[in-house]
Amino acid sequence: MVDNVIAVRDIGKAFAGVQALDGITLEIAPGEIHCLAGENGSGKSTLIKVISGVHAPDTGTIELNGKTFSKLSPIEAISNGVQVIYQDFSVFPNLTVMENLALNAELAAHRTFVSWKRMRAVAEEAIAKINFTIDLDEKVGQLSVAQKQLVAISRALMSDAKLIIMDEPTTALTKREVDALFAIILDLKARGIATLFVSHKLDEVFEISERFTIIRNGKSVITCLPEELDHATFSHHMTGREFDDDHFVPEHVSEEPILETRGLGVDGAFADVDLTLRKGEILGITGLLGSGRTELALSLFGSKPADSGEILINGEVVEVGSVRDAIAHGIGYVPEDRLTEGLFLERSISSNIVISEIDSFVSKFGALDQRKADAEGQRWVDELKIATPNASNAVNTLSGGNQQRIVLAKWLATHPKILILNGPTVGVDIGSKHDIHRILRSLASEGLGVIIISDDIPEVIQNCNRVMAMNAGRIVAEIDPRTTTESELAELMSKDPSTIDGKG
Amino acid sequence: MAKLVRKITKSNEFYLLLVIIAVSVVIQLRSGQFFSANNLVDLANAMVVPGIFAVGAFMVLVAGGIDVSFPALASLSVYATTRVLVDAGYSGGVWLPFLMVIVVGAILGAFNGLFTSRFVVPVLIITLGTASVFSGVMQGVFKSVQIPNLPAGMSEFGRSTLFVAKNPESGLTSNMPMAFLILVAVVAVAFVVMRYTTFGRGLYAIGGDESAAARAGFKVRKIKFWLFVIVGIIASLAGLVRTSMMDQMHPTNLLGMELMVIAAVVLGGASITGGTGTLTGTMLGTLLIVIVQNSMILVGIPTFWQGFALGTLILVGTGISAVQLTRSRKRAPALIQG
Repeated sequence: MVDNVIAVRDIGKAFAGVQALDGITLEIAPGEIHCLAGENGSGKSTLIKVISGVHAPDTGTIELNGKTFSKLSPIEAISNGVQVIYQDFSVFPNLTVMENLALNAELAAHRTFVSWKRMRAVAEEAIAKINFTIDLDEKVGQLSVAQKQLVAISRALMSDAKLIIMDEPTTALTKREVDALFAIILDLKARGIATLFVSHKLDEVFEISERFTIIRNGKSVITCLPEELDHATFSHHMTGREFDDDHFVPEHVSEEPILETRGLGVDGAFADVDLTLRKGEILGITGLLGSGRTELALSLFGSKPADSGEILINGEVVEVGSVRDAIAHGIGYVPEDRLTEGLFLERSISSNIVISEIDSFVSKFGALDQRKADAEGQRWVDELKIATPNASNAVNTLSGGNQQRIVLAKWLATHPKILILNGPTVGVDIGSKHDIHRILRSLASEGLGVIIISDDIPEVIQNCNRVMAMNAGRIVAEIDPRTTTESELAELMSKDPSTIDGKG
Repeated sequence: MAKLVRKITKSNEFYLLLVIIAVSVVIQLRSGQFFSANNLVDLANAMVVPGIFAVGAFMVLVAGGIDVSFPALASLSVYATTRVLVDAGYSGGVWLPFLMVIVVGAILGAFNGLFTSRFVVPVLIITLGTASVFSGVMQGVFKSVQIPNLPAGMSEFGRSTLFVAKNPESGLTSNMPMAFLILVAVVAVAFVVMRYTTFGRGLYAIGGDESAAARAGFKVRKIKFWLFVIVGIIASLAGLVRTSMMDQMHPTNLLGMELMVIAAVVLGGASITGGTGTLTGTMLGTLLIVIVQNSMILVGIPTFWQGFALGTLILVGTGISAVQLTRSRKRAPALIQG
């Protein structure tokens, strides 16, 4: 039998009485691409932290390099070949690529003085390993997400890594960037370096993983080969619930479009966009990063007003020059980065929900009727099944999926006629994703016009009755999701090579 | 070459230098005295104390904190040293006062370091507290009063000069103090520490992303602790220099300098949120503030406009870097025009 790179046995860890990990066992062979899957809060992150030495486990052992540890320090983990690429990449935005790459090595060598010459040499060698070309003197804060990830990977490979742990590495990447990443992972495999891939995006996990460990509520549910899993069983193991993968079929679609654009354009972002949306429909707009999809959403919502063309609501030309205009015309927008754009993380759940309709809770003396506002907040918490003991808790106490539901609740509270969602389920676990999709479908059947902007192809195919593909700032095709496959749609999105240029 | 030019024109120091040159030229044109040997020596003289303080404030700022306790820390450590030496009738050289303020400064700095490295409370809040504790100890425990006669060694050090600039017409003299060498030494050591040691790069790393620094293997707590020990020493040196040059110990003389010094550092390009800034910028920022403080009189502007001018400088200086930041965040989307 081949020795494992790492064997984690019977790990338990509790935080303030909550059992985050309970008897987890995980073994990874050299060069294996192992997938660790689980919903948010299932204990994935805690397990990674135990393996990388950030948290000491309460019970259990970690075998690394033939040595058995009851707890690890981060330095011990690194010196035994464990490298973690965190979701935020753990890079220093204020330092140059060179320093980001080389500082760890200087630290690992317990040096007091750094040598810039040596650091440059080390950094050059590091990027050469994965054929990554970049200006070493550029500050990392200026790089794209994919480039930051490559910096993190190059850095991880520098020390004699045997196991690379990637925490949700594909979340902010486009399809093309994901493919490039997978090529690198396979290359690592060829060199005998194992990868522990943490993800909850089904398709990717299936594409690359050789073995799965699924955990739920801090316990190992199953360790198996990909052949033993399909979408349904995978989701079932992750959530303990049953799901069906069906296409969205709209009911009660209105005759007249509720929203129409004619020749809409924003200079430098997109041009000549004609689209129609009827009540009861879910329209998908998909495209790569930089295709203009986000800008289109922002201009429909008035935060980036169009330079050309017109927007019609219920057949009448309207001016959408500001967010207030958009709200007044019944347009709601759920932003792409729910953490930075849509929520006041420190404020309570209910105040976040009522913020966009705050005017309606003002008493005739001009004061805020707090009780009425709280009641409205609680109503949405119940309606959208937001998992919280109390609507007055701060939003940052919630998981990603629940945060996304709050953003939804916030805009539904304004009773919009049109709801635009940008990447509604980015970074959301499967269970919450299904719930959000179900909510969107029921909203559409209640007569709302919904637009989903997303590069998650399965998401738009399953949940939209029409999908428009954007490429280089233009709508290049409109497809019927019931007769189009995922790869055909992906093809349309990335067909024109000139759009990809200059994106590193 | 073009890359180098771009790098220079993107740097904060470049613009700061332009402003300093512009201000100098204006003052020269109005008064004819800016570029006189006397004025330049006076400026260097006036830069010593704020300059040394600024180095400490800069190091803390790089690590992502704002230290407001350094004047109180310096006052306490110099007061304690002077009191003890005067009471003991010490009449030896200046080496002992230096040694003593370094030790006391390190201990007081360690007090700051203990709190800032153990508690997740902003450095600003902690040092607001310790500043009050320091001045409380000085006024309560040591019953601080003005000490008019310093130990001989300190007085001599305060009076000693590198050279004297003399105006041939008026006969006015300006002394280049020996203490200027202390500023040069502090800056030189700090430069090496910040650029060439893992400790210094660790400060930048912590200021950039503290949790990333911990994951990379920096001993964040240890670095923070030692940072404050070092800053305590630097501040105490500034205090000793000031006291010696004034030739008396005035317990509250330094208090209130913190905002001016932090302003100088921020003007020099260090970000309030940590992780960026250079010593060159810090020195240029201090120089600009010292010029404004010292030379407005040359142009005949009443001194009460100083605060106004300084405030405007800070707003403009920080405003420019804020604009640069937002501009660099807005990156043009990749798209074909058609």
